[in-house]
Amino acid sequence: MCNTCGCNITPGNEELIRPGGKLAKTESGNEAVTVLHSLLHENDHTASHNREHFDSHNVLAINLMSSPGAGKTALLEASIKQLDPKLRIAVIEGDLETENDAERIRKHGVKAIQIATGSACHLDAHMIHDALHNLDLSEYDVVFIENVGNLVCPASFDLGQHQNVALLSVPEGDDKPAKYPVMFRSADLVMISKTDLLPYLDDFKTERTRRYLQDIASTAPIIELSSKSGEGMSDWADWVAQQAAERRSYLEAHPVASEHKHHTHEHEHQHTHSHAHSS
Amino acid sequence: MHELAICQSLIDQVEAIAHERQAESVVSITIGLGALSGVEPQLLKHAYPVASAGTVARDAELMIDELPTRIRCNACETESDVPPNKLVCPACGEWRTTLISGDELLLMSVELQTAENRGGDAPPTS
Repeated sequence: MCNTCGCNITPGNEELIRPGGKLAKTESGNEAVTVLHSLLHENDHTASHNREHFDSHNVLAINLMSSPGAGKTALLEASIKQLDPKLRIAVIEGDLETENDAERIRKHGVKAIQIATGSACHLDAHMIHDALHNLDLSEYDVVFIENVGNLVCPASFDLGQHQNVALLSVPEGDDKPAKYPVMFRSADLVMISKTDLLPYLDDFKTERTRRYLQDIASTAPIIELSSKSGEGMSDWADWVAQQAAERRSYLEAHPVASEHKHHTHEHEHQHTHSHAHSS
Repeated sequence: MHELAICQSLIDQVEAIAHERQAESVVSITIGLGALSGVEPQLLKHAYPVASAGTVARDAELMIDELPTRIRCNACETESDVPPNKLVCPACGEWRTTLISGDELLLMSVELQTAENRGGDAPPTS
């Protein structure tokens, strides 16, 4: 949604804001200012800036989201071996504490930047922006952002990614899309992970997950995958390669303005953002 | 819980508007929230006193309009209010639907008290 053309006025709120609506004036004569900005205006602005930065270097950014322990890092480790070797990849890791996940990635010889969020339960666009200061994007084709393990908060914060991927692991249960509709609605691809456990957890029905995803009008493709057995890894590799190719063709047709092309990212950012989030 | 982070972002915007209009205080803030915004109205209300402490908005009333989850069916074009995890057309059962309201997370309006509308002296310009 933008804040200039009025497209954020929906049938749900238009009666409140049209002339004579209940927000047009106040009974006590105070000044009423109609705003209609997203509450995350500043985050969204930084996210757009991040996206321009990725685009100016022809880099595809993929945001991985799931519960803690659904297998995001294991998927990335397996991906390093399975993805098209022509794709140069880097990883931004988000966790409350520790460098453990970044170290797991670095062991495979892949650049990884760890963001320790402290008590914050999600990554936001400012944290990604800071991480990009330590990443020379001209050396990469795909940047994976592994969000903080959490099925609630990360869904609300645009980071500047091009694609959202949500993982749902078999031990979590097949009804997660019904319980966390905001997260699964935001996904461009849903992965049912740890499918090697399906024989042991026979109350998980992948058909039920598919039905719950339809219930939230999700048209995202679904990949059933096990990083351990390798099932589904080629589908995932194909999807990533296809997204990278589509992004490149899009950018060939819609080149990034030249001021972004030569953008060194050593510039005027004076952030006052504080990270005193509650957990 | 990310409501405190969102509330701090809200206060930043309200402070900027109050400063621009040279307001003495913020009387009320109205926001529009859909169930698919991922933000809980009650948690936002609880976070508000913490986020607004010491700001021009500290005494403001936070009013939250909870907006309906509404879809339009891609097949039969019926518009319906639905639960946030069942975006299926109640009229024909089609699951390919378009959300037309329900994911809003909007600062809708701010009510300000200025020296002018209070009938007092103009505040010093900064």
